Amino acid sequence: MATSTTIEITGLSKSFGSVRAVDNVSFSVRPGEVTGFLGPNGAGKTTTLRMLLGLVKPTSGTATIGGTPYRELARPLATVGTALEASSFHPGRTARNHLAVYASAAGIPQSRVGAALTQVGLDQYGDRRVGGYSLGMRQRLGLAFALLGDPQVLVLDEPVNGLDPEGIRWIRNFLKSLAAEGRTVLISSHLLSEVQQSVDRLVIISRGRLVYEGMLADFGGDARVSIDAPDRDELRVALTREAIDFATTDSGFSVAGRTAEELGRLALDAGVALSRLSAEGTQLEASFLELVSGGGLAADAPTGDEGSDQ
Amino acid sequence: MTLVRAISAELRKLFSTRMWWALGLILFGYVAFTASVLAFVFGAMGEQLAEAGQPAPTDLAPVIYSIASTIGYVFPVLLGALVTTAEFRHQTLTPTFLATPKRGNVLGAKALVMLVAGALFGVIGLVGSMGTGSPILGLTGLDTELGSADTWALAGRVVIAMALWAVIGVGLGALIPSQVAAIVVVIAFTQFLEPILRLAPTVAEWTGDIVKFLPGAASDALVGASFYSSIAGSAGATVSLDWWQGGLVLAGIAVVLLGIGSLTTWRKDVT
Repeated sequence: MATSTTIEITGLSKSFGSVRAVDNVSFSVRPGEVTGFLGPNGAGKTTTLRMLLGLVKPTSGTATIGGTPYRELARPLATVGTALEASSFHPGRTARNHLAVYASAAGIPQSRVGAALTQVGLDQYGDRRVGGYSLGMRQRLGLAFALLGDPQVLVLDEPVNGLDPEGIRWIRNFLKSLAAEGRTVLISSHLLSEVQQSVDRLVIISRGRLVYEGMLADFGGDARVSIDAPDRDELRVALTREAIDFATTDSGFSVAGRTAEELGRLALDAGVALSRLSAEGTQLEASFLELVSGGGLAADAPTGDEGSDQ
Repeated sequence: MTLVRAISAELRKLFSTRMWWALGLILFGYVAFTASVLAFVFGAMGEQLAEAGQPAPTDLAPVIYSIASTIGYVFPVLLGALVTTAEFRHQTLTPTFLATPKRGNVLGAKALVMLVAGALFGVIGLVGSMGTGSPILGLTGLDTELGSADTWALAGRVVIAMALWAVIGVGLGALIPSQVAAIVVVIAFTQFLEPILRLAPTVAEWTGDIVKFLPGAASDALVGASFYSSIAGSAGATVSLDWWQGGLVLAGIAVVLLGIGSLTTWRKDVT
């Protein structure tokens, strides 16, 4: 079961002229989880996804779904559902006809067209020409295209982009429910904060290279606690005496590896009055930015990522 | 199987936007207008000749009926080029290739569907040329030749020519993905360059052997009657292919364009 829907990327590279947009990237995406594919704009996310889907030819390396390259799949849309960008529509065609075209091409029953529109909440607008759609509606139509074949694998490029807060909440729950059904879900984003509530696992690339692959829970280090006292020197001495690892911040100290409760007791025992004691959670976004920086936004990869900022 | 699916998808694509009937409507209007003007002129000429005691001109009907392809052929080319370049312009190649990863099937299906659509345009053009031309010829007392098998064979060859032109449009679109560039090339070649080149034999007779292979000339040879060859013919410098040779030249052009397109732009990365 697991193997037939696992995405396997092995040593994938792509050069556009002298620019190495994707450089020897390997990772796998497993069923039953939502995997976040992260990196700044231009990091090579879209190029990697397009190579996985047979739209861009890799310079070297392979990308398979259940061991089969996309272009060899017997029933591509029924195996992998894809939403790549919010603009791949003929503006003069209705949403229903748009989906009907690709259902025909992929041998999917036309009854799935209405079902997919209903699934993304577009059934009332299905007979309107797509040219009049808002960005959010286009995103939903893109998602309906992905769901058309009721696939076990979903690959979604920046699915949150352009959605309003209500839409973002909706898609989070939707992705969770898809993964809970045992499907393989891969979503890309340039912001960790955008997807951290939906993903279980992270794959991060920066300037074409893989920089992290692992569980979200293992990413970003320990939870930190922010602590402050009117007399900071006294608190510093107490922390140092206990050999606690801390960092000095504008608003006191940031401590890793201890709970707020432990620190509160420590302060009580040391007789230090506290002005603040709060659990900060993990510094995911900070760790993410640290990981992908060191060169800033890589403007060196001519992928489709550029347009996704709007 | 995937080719059959790709064909049904291409049919849905064609008939789910307004372009085909918009172009078809313009084709009808353009051809009907030109054919009726021509029929009036010929009719008036016929009446004057009759008053002067001369025999009425014959074989006017085929020239008028073939207006459907003689001037109408640009419309199936445009249709084929537009539906193909629209895939690049609106980035619909992405979902298209996702649904049909074997890209050759997509291009093949497009060519076959356009063959049918071009034939449909041929019928629309004929309704325009015969529908207005024959009653006018009849009213002016000239032979409509509607009872002649030759006339209907000509109509059939018009349909074949228009079908082939639409496939040529697909090949052009695959070769020139930019929609604007493709339209400019089609219009410039069919409306300007080729008409001038085809009159070259009236100045330099030796060019006739080359000019007869021009697509428009081949198309007129296939149809077997043409406004242009009537003009050039009266100048005494026309060389024409046989009708089947004309058909082969058109089909050959379509196949070569499709082949080059499928090996170049059609294989490129879709980003």
